[in-house]
Amino acid sequence: LTVHAQIQSITKLFSGSQVRFQAPPNSLVSFFDASLPGTLPVLNRRCVEAAVMTGLALDCVINRKSLFDRKHYFYADLPAGYQITQQRRPIAVDGTLTYSHLGGTRRNTLITKSVRIKQIQLEQDSGKSLHDDRRGQTLIDLNRAGVGLMELVMEPDMSCGEEAAAAVRELQLILQALGTCQGHMDEGQLRVDANVSVHRPGDPWGVRTEVKNINSGRNLARAIDYEIQRQVGVLKNGGTVQNETRSFDRKSGHTLPMRDKEGLQDYRFMPEPNLPPLIVYDRPSTAPPCVHPSQVVVLEEVRAGLPELPRARRTRLVESYDILPEHSFTLVNEDGLTDYFEAVVKETKAGPRKVIGWVNQVLLGLLHHHSLSVSQSPVTPQMLAQLLNLQENGQISSSVAKQVFQELWRAPGKTAQQIIQEQDLGIVSNTTEIHRICQKVVDSHPDQVQAIRGGNKKVLNKLMGLVQKETKGRADPVLVRSILEEKTS
Amino acid sequence: MSVVNYTRTLQKVILNIGPRCYHRWVTTASVALRIRDSKQNFRCRLWCGLLTPVHYQYSTEGNTSKVPSVATWEPVLENQLPPAKQVPADLVDKLERLALVDFPNQEGLVCLKKAIRFADQLHVVDTEGVDPMDSVLENRALYLREDAVAEGDCADRLLQLSKDTVEEYFVAPPGNIPLPGREEC
Repeated sequence: LTVHAQIQSITKLFSGSQVRFQAPPNSLVSFFDASLPGTLPVLNRRCVEAAVMTGLALDCVINRKSLFDRKHYFYADLPAGYQITQQRRPIAVDGTLTYSHLGGTRRNTLITKSVRIKQIQLEQDSGKSLHDDRRGQTLIDLNRAGVGLMELVMEPDMSCGEEAAAAVRELQLILQALGTCQGHMDEGQLRVDANVSVHRPGDPWGVRTEVKNINSGRNLARAIDYEIQRQVGVLKNGGTVQNETRSFDRKSGHTLPMRDKEGLQDYRFMPEPNLPPLIVYDRPSTAPPCVHPSQVVVLEEVRAGLPELPRARRTRLVESYDILPEHSFTLVNEDGLTDYFEAVVKETKAGPRKVIGWVNQVLLGLLHHHSLSVSQSPVTPQMLAQLLNLQENGQISSSVAKQVFQELWRAPGKTAQQIIQEQDLGIVSNTTEIHRICQKVVDSHPDQVQAIRGGNKKVLNKLMGLVQKETKGRADPVLVRSILEEKTS
Repeated sequence: MSVVNYTRTLQKVILNIGPRCYHRWVTTASVALRIRDSKQNFRCRLWCGLLTPVHYQYSTEGNTSKVPSVATWEPVLENQLPPAKQVPADLVDKLERLALVDFPNQEGLVCLKKAIRFADQLHVVDTEGVDPMDSVLENRALYLREDAVAEGDCADRLLQLSKDTVEEYFVAPPGNIPLPGREEC
């Protein structure tokens, strides 16, 4: 995978114009971005710090001295005719990205894998071109030209679309935690190109194709899986895979050859003559004394300023709340779910394991069903905490709690207490009443009782269901089960 | 006396005038011209082919310049260069496409071959154990700018530079126009 992550900074990499997502066309363009003659690049300190932070978070070796190069190619959205990048000596090399995904037969086992990062380099972004096919022209907007990008090149250690999507998700979480990139693939802040090749085990690596135009993690998995199938099909039919660039069409799920590609490009890499080497210092003492501190990037300081990374967060959740790694994976994977969970646990006396079931299954299920994010949830952590407290106190049964949750979702203005009072969902604790209902059910279904006495215990659940239907779910299930077992023994 | 000695004496004369004086290093060629009728005319004409750099220097002390008074380079002979590289026609096409340089006719190709031959002189230099240099600035410190907005918001001035604009966008042809092949020229 080749990932281009747009650095979250106020200004661009080599010029002082602003970085903003939507703005009037060509309004955030300086003379350097428009490549007017006589302009020179001036490096942005924040971009260097961002690249170094990302390198440290991915366990890379930071090159103390890195060099800038020019990569030449002609395209209308690259006004200078070259892009300033770091090809010879990038700022960080040899890192690892450790990611996990839920696999196994029931997709609830955490499988952890890692992919090597070949290098991280700083480079410029190109402008945006809007194709107007009707009039046969392209409209160029240079607002994005010159914005700092971190290009992360990964080694081919992944074997399917799901692994690639999980790796990109983990990278997104890391970059968002560091604050170096917001990671929204749909806004173009994180662009992923996949390089896919197939070969039989033991054979040398096959010819690779590059797949571009992927705008979400799900589409990445689809594109990679389609491309793998396509290449396998071509090879099985006796053909050869061409080394080309293909574009992913998300409507059909197919990859199509991209037009406008003239064979292998020769980029004529050349050292950038206007920029001396970028030096990063280990400790404040190793920096030359006559240089101002604002001109010096010190590794020790950047390392000390690293925030809590996702994998540290997961371990902390598992240790402090005694939940399974799979649970903490789901918590960290969804934006804002960890804060929600911690808020609920703080306010309720139910144990974290119970809360995790509610948060990961009930809440998350409803959010996904309605395509909402955690911040848009109609049920706040306080409301859920109240509900769980009522259940813990024994005022309602667990099945009633689920019903009340659904009600809270639909009509968030009411509290749990109000709903219980209105619909009379309080627990039926009158044991004589329960005995009477259980007896009625047992009497009306003699064959099931025979089956249970014969040894088929599962039929008991059916009887329990009938009892719950009679009591509208208000009876305590544990009590009902014990009474039924007693009656049918 | 030889031309060289004459020049040196001339220089010493100028130098001994005083500390803050205006020195003018005389070209060997101009000295030679003054000795027009000397017996050493032939050797002077040889010297005329070489140029000692004319160098104006204001200094408070003696001659501290590292520029040699006499040229020290020797022409590189043909047999010292590596064998001449052939430039096939599709390489010329590729160069035209990559660099957008036009080699319209045979003269252009001859010029290209001469340029390559001239650059081949670099191979004579022994670079064993020497790191390549990128630019003369590579020992300077790279200036790091603060992350604050200082430029931008000049869309109208930039759009004025382009003759074809549509609603604040620059207009370009759809994709790269491929160069016509050699046969079509």
